[in-house]
Amino acid sequence: MSTSSKNGDGEIRIGFYVCQCGHNIGAVVDCPAVAEYASKLPGVVLSRHYKYMCSDPGQELIQQDIREHKLTRVVVASCSPLLHEHTFRGAVERGGLNPFYFQMVNIREHNSWVHADGAAATAKAKALARAAIERVRFHRPLETTRVPINPDVLVVGGGIAGIHAALTLANAGKKVTLVEREPSIGGHMAKFDKTFPTLDCAACILTPKMSAVRAHENITLWTYSEVVKVEGYVGNYTVTVRRKPRYVHEDLCVGCQECITACVYKDARFPDEFNVGLSKRKPVYLPFPQAVPQAVVIDPERCLQVKTGKCKKSCLEACADRKAIDFSMKEQLIEIKVGTMILATGFRLFDATRIPQYGYGLYPNVVTSLELERLVNSSGPTGGEIILRDGSKPQTAGFILCVGSRDVKTNRWCSRTCCMHSMKLAQLFKEHTGADVTIFYMDIRAPGKGCEEFYDKSLREGIRFVRGRVAEVTDWALAPEEEGKLVIRVEDTLAGFVRRIPVDMIVLAVGMEPNADSQDVRRLFNLSCSTEGWFLEKHPKLAPVNTFTDGVFIAGCCQGPKDIPDSIAQAGAAAAEALALIDKGYIEQEPNTAYIVEADCSGCKSCVPLCPYTAISFDEATRKARINEALCKGCGTCVASCPSGSIRQHLFEDDQIFNEIAGVMAS
Amino acid sequence: MDRMSDEKSGAVGWEPRIAAFFCNWCTYTAADLAGVSRLKYEPNIRVIRLMCSGRVDPQFIVEAFARGADGVLIGGCHPGDCHYVEGNYKTLRRFEMLKRMLSDLGIEEPRLRLEWISASEGEKVRTVVNDMVARLRQLGPLDLPGRFKAWDQEMADLAHEIQQQEAAAAATAQPEVTHAS
Repeated sequence: MSTSSKNGDGEIRIGFYVCQCGHNIGAVVDCPAVAEYASKLPGVVLSRHYKYMCSDPGQELIQQDIREHKLTRVVVASCSPLLHEHTFRGAVERGGLNPFYFQMVNIREHNSWVHADGAAATAKAKALARAAIERVRFHRPLETTRVPINPDVLVVGGGIAGIHAALTLANAGKKVTLVEREPSIGGHMAKFDKTFPTLDCAACILTPKMSAVRAHENITLWTYSEVVKVEGYVGNYTVTVRRKPRYVHEDLCVGCQECITACVYKDARFPDEFNVGLSKRKPVYLPFPQAVPQAVVIDPERCLQVKTGKCKKSCLEACADRKAIDFSMKEQLIEIKVGTMILATGFRLFDATRIPQYGYGLYPNVVTSLELERLVNSSGPTGGEIILRDGSKPQTAGFILCVGSRDVKTNRWCSRTCCMHSMKLAQLFKEHTGADVTIFYMDIRAPGKGCEEFYDKSLREGIRFVRGRVAEVTDWALAPEEEGKLVIRVEDTLAGFVRRIPVDMIVLAVGMEPNADSQDVRRLFNLSCSTEGWFLEKHPKLAPVNTFTDGVFIAGCCQGPKDIPDSIAQAGAAAAEALALIDKGYIEQEPNTAYIVEADCSGCKSCVPLCPYTAISFDEATRKARINEALCKGCGTCVASCPSGSIRQHLFEDDQIFNEIAGVMAS
Repeated sequence: MDRMSDEKSGAVGWEPRIAAFFCNWCTYTAADLAGVSRLKYEPNIRVIRLMCSGRVDPQFIVEAFARGADGVLIGGCHPGDCHYVEGNYKTLRRFEMLKRMLSDLGIEEPRLRLEWISASEGEKVRTVVNDMVARLRQLGPLDLPGRFKAWDQEMADLAHEIQQQEAAAAATAQPEVTHAS
């Protein structure tokens, strides 16, 4: 920061600008009247209203005025400071003033957009403007501080978004630690058979990326691990990761699976998570054929040795001198230091039993879309055969859309992928079985590239579409052709009457939900959540992968439902945002730290325990409190508590706030 | 000041005025969201942005009342969600203490309000502001500046009275003194 503080000292010459923001402010607030009002306030030498203050000419206007009218303070009444404070500080600085001789007034988000009464909104704008004008007199020149950034990155979640972000960063030469909760990376995408709308094989496009993660020299992959603690701040985070014991050394296991054959459990008898419970596995298992790392894992809940310590450990014998299996493994807590973090923790699927009228869990041939995905997959439980529970082939099938989406009783949002996902599955269903397939929908949403064409293709291939939200699925036959079938009761809203349609198999297109522990994860990383529970981006348009915590980025479905291309695009964006921070080499910190006026400090120590960052210490020699500004985050809690008023806060000084209060209350 | 005297007499056209202290990370952002979502609420609120609700010095609140606020609203992150770990707990402690003090001063409880509003709760900003404005309308003006003046007048009258009494006492006591000598 090169600007000296010499300008701005001495005489107070305030320039006031009110932005019309096109009609956004101008249509509600009488901007010329606000400018007129401000021009009469003490210290104001210039007061203008302008169409778009944030535009280049608007900023140029400020710079020019600073030079021509020798302004020493600038106030802009426009949108939220969270949006454009940075912009205007830049303009003030280019005009030759210290950028902190600036105050912003929010008359858009907090005024014109929320109030309909023009007169009241104008009065409010005047009051807020006055507050800023009274406050800015007491501003002091400040310098931003620079702290170095640790170039290492943590990526949480090894689905397609996390994988892509990790690879992008690693390819740019950054050291990445990828932490995944499950024993293998791959996430939901690894369970899919084909991907819409191109119908390319999910494994064929995902597996190479998974292998690349494993092989990349810049990526440390920790599967079966979870982040348990996050400390620090942007550029300098300390993260504690819990590595659950796998009881298998990943580097020694070659994935030969001889231990699985040798396991004392002769039959696989535990539900296989990867096949969503449609097949069984043993206590020692490989998550799925293409798993990365290609290492077996021992389920501590199922393994006799882990549970009771009484097993003949035939797996150990089978592993022989490879010595990959190790029952002495313990949970590890590892601390790593990173500068930035990307969260790609994904989603969970809606639990279809929450809508009992669709009969999931009651009728065995009602399945979820993910279950069908496993059934059509050649590495799935049936080897790619779509069969009913009795082993026979279905002749007819019905897909019910919006199960747990667009429904005020469950989730109000559209899960965005289910229309396309269901049409893809319907095409595969038809291809595999030749069955008659009907899709029950409310609206078909196919807005992506190639998606509308895919919808056309579905129609051409003879998939039937019935518009209407399904009321009920029942096995109560009312006609001979309904015997032994599942009957879908639906109001066909195009035909205009209620229909009963018997089918052999029903597929529920379950929607996406935030993970069950999303609130815990959010707290861990100090993020905000939308009302629904998705991680909140800093700005819905301008900062879609940033969060309110600097240095923490989000990508993929943890931010909201999206398909694979969108997840990957976000992952790339998050990686680029992290790179932009890292390659700058330092972080500019807002100079809003607290400081002590030593002469006034009585040494009462009441501030010391208040600081959550232990930035305040007590100097026994001087009997005064001392603040380490490098540790201070600028919350101001100590400032408010100091009985002698000896702690102050840059940018939020008492005299500034008192004058702001006087200003808002003056009119 | 004309307005103040209007308020004191409860004249028509009186509108409650609320000074609000919102934390940068949750409640201020929620108010921004209310704006972006074009939620309409009462225009009686004036927001002062602070980094954390923990920065709210009780003196700010007293000052706002003294300057004519009819109500003061503090908005912070939900417990456990504070951007600065636990600043909002400190706010809560101070709030509870200050509430007692204010009630001793005759400032009714609904005039000071603390709300946890997260960044996604734009709707809550609207309901809280509207609700608070409605309650303040019921309570009527606080008009602390007016009351200060009335109290000052009372004190001045009292002082004047005492002075007069003392003078009168002195006048009647005078002969006694001479008599005694």
